Amino acid sequence: MVHVATAQQPKKKKISYAKWGYIFLIPFFVVYLIFTLYPQLLTIGYSFTETYYDLDPIAGSHWEGPRFIGIENYITLFTPDANGEIRILKYLGNTMIMWVICALPQFIVSLLLAVIFTSNRLKIKGQPFFKTVFYMPNVIMASAFGLLFFELFGSVGPINKMLISMGWLKESYDFLGHEVSVRTLIGLLNYIMWFGNTTLVLMAGIQGIDDSVFESARIDGAGAFRTFFTITMPLLKPIFLYVFITSMIGGLQMFDVPQILTNGQGTPNKTSFTLVMYLNQMLGVKNYGISGAISVTLFFFTAILSIFVFKGITKDNKN
Amino acid sequence: MENTNNVAAVKSKPQGNSKNTAAHIRLIIEKILVYVFLMLNVFICLFFFYILIVNSTMSKDELQGVFTGIPSTHFFDNLKSALNTADVDLPQATWNSFLVAALSAIVTTYFSALSAYAIHTYRFKGRKFIAGFILAIMMIPSQVSSLGFLKLCNQMGATNQLWVLIIPGVAAPAVYFYMLQYLQATLPLDLVEASRIDGSSEFRTFNRIVLPIMKPALAVQGIFSFVGSWNNLYMPALLLTDDDKKTLPVILANLSSKAHSQADAGQVWMTILIAIVPIVVVFLILSKQIIKGVTSGSVKG
Repeated sequence: MVHVATAQQPKKKKISYAKWGYIFLIPFFVVYLIFTLYPQLLTIGYSFTETYYDLDPIAGSHWEGPRFIGIENYITLFTPDANGEIRILKYLGNTMIMWVICALPQFIVSLLLAVIFTSNRLKIKGQPFFKTVFYMPNVIMASAFGLLFFELFGSVGPINKMLISMGWLKESYDFLGHEVSVRTLIGLLNYIMWFGNTTLVLMAGIQGIDDSVFESARIDGAGAFRTFFTITMPLLKPIFLYVFITSMIGGLQMFDVPQILTNGQGTPNKTSFTLVMYLNQMLGVKNYGISGAISVTLFFFTAILSIFVFKGITKDNKN
Repeated sequence: MENTNNVAAVKSKPQGNSKNTAAHIRLIIEKILVYVFLMLNVFICLFFFYILIVNSTMSKDELQGVFTGIPSTHFFDNLKSALNTADVDLPQATWNSFLVAALSAIVTTYFSALSAYAIHTYRFKGRKFIAGFILAIMMIPSQVSSLGFLKLCNQMGATNQLWVLIIPGVAAPAVYFYMLQYLQATLPLDLVEASRIDGSSEFRTFNRIVLPIMKPALAVQGIFSFVGSWNNLYMPALLLTDDDKKTLPVILANLSSKAHSQADAGQVWMTILIAIVPIVVVFLILSKQIIKGVTSGSVKG
């Protein structure tokens, strides 16, 4: 094509289109620099300062700082409080526990569903229906879902009434007042929102595996479980790794559901308080120094956990 | 996993009918178990929405009474009180949400496609570096920049302005990446060349030739972007403090603190319903494309 073009129109031969590559990338980079990179640098910068809005009743409310204080904010974050707890690690722990409550059943069920849907033997009917229903919770507003659960599981909510009328409970149970039940509810809600998505992704992964591999396993007489653990899982590993890491990163950023369900309090006793809720709280009271340090710490937690998981799974693969 | 059992069934054929029937019965039992398992998950997905719909039809007093699971007749009363309540401007919030979500979807998909097109089509200096750079920044969680973003909006005097929620969509690395994958699979560079011979400008070629080819990718990412924006709580809750600028999730968050102090339950149920129904309707209409989009994007990613 190029050849023909230059032959017919020799004048255009010298035209280089390379500059258009830069021109078309201008919007992306201008917006990236202003709305992403600059805020990121600003965040990192603030993490080394003392900056907060002082609600002084005598001198009047006013801004303090920014005053450069080195890594003092980070030291504050990792210093145990009066109860001997390092809060940010406690909230990291809360976040990870609630993620595991959601992710563990999610991975198992989604793997099962993906295998079931792709099975040549079972030939499941009504797949479009099942896929639509399973994926639907994912498009629903997490905050609406959170509020829905708040109303459902309240002490005068429908679930309590139902359990009492069925005789399973004598008096209403305070689902939102107990550590285990609040964490389980948050995990359950996240499970409902995400298992359909994970199923679809894993299904696509299984469909991407060459049929001939299954064929040779068949000829070798491998059983169902053996095929799953020696063929499907190893070949699915890259996709599973992708699912695992994106789910974990998403889990670390958990916010909407616990925020709405516990009204930003992480009840009871901050046991369902997540890292981003902590960040949100500090931004709310306009303590920008600590907020910056929390943001940077959150970034490092994310990066370290991702690398850890990635290394762990790929290493396992070699052995 | 299933293929192997299939072979067992086939192999058993010559050995006689009894084994064959046994395998057949096993398959039927397995199928029943599988469908029960599927229906259990369907139940988990739909049960809560059922209660939501039922409760949105109940009056305040009925909600106080025994839960029956049978819809009542106060749907329109609740709708009226939810739409007309003094402290929450639900129609305005719905409109704000729609405006932000629709414009975000357009801005995000158009500029991501344009950026992907630039990387895909042109051979310029630093192209590989830029492509790698965009991939690298994709993994940084957005909350990390939220403090700086808030500060930036303060500096610009742009808190309580909806456009700050829309414009950042121009630089969406993940959407860009999807578009790039799509272009690599569907756009032959000959086509661009042919368009040049016809005398089309580069910009025109992108708008008139390339964008139509990318329609499926634009649709998929447009939907995801719309849904993501419609449901977004974190940044809007920090930025939008004026009542007439709030989006639905922010309203819901406010309502939640009210609900914690015992609000009109019928109204709360109705507000939740209003917040999720538009998305559910859109989803049901487009579910085929959305489900296709989930699988195609993930395999590549």
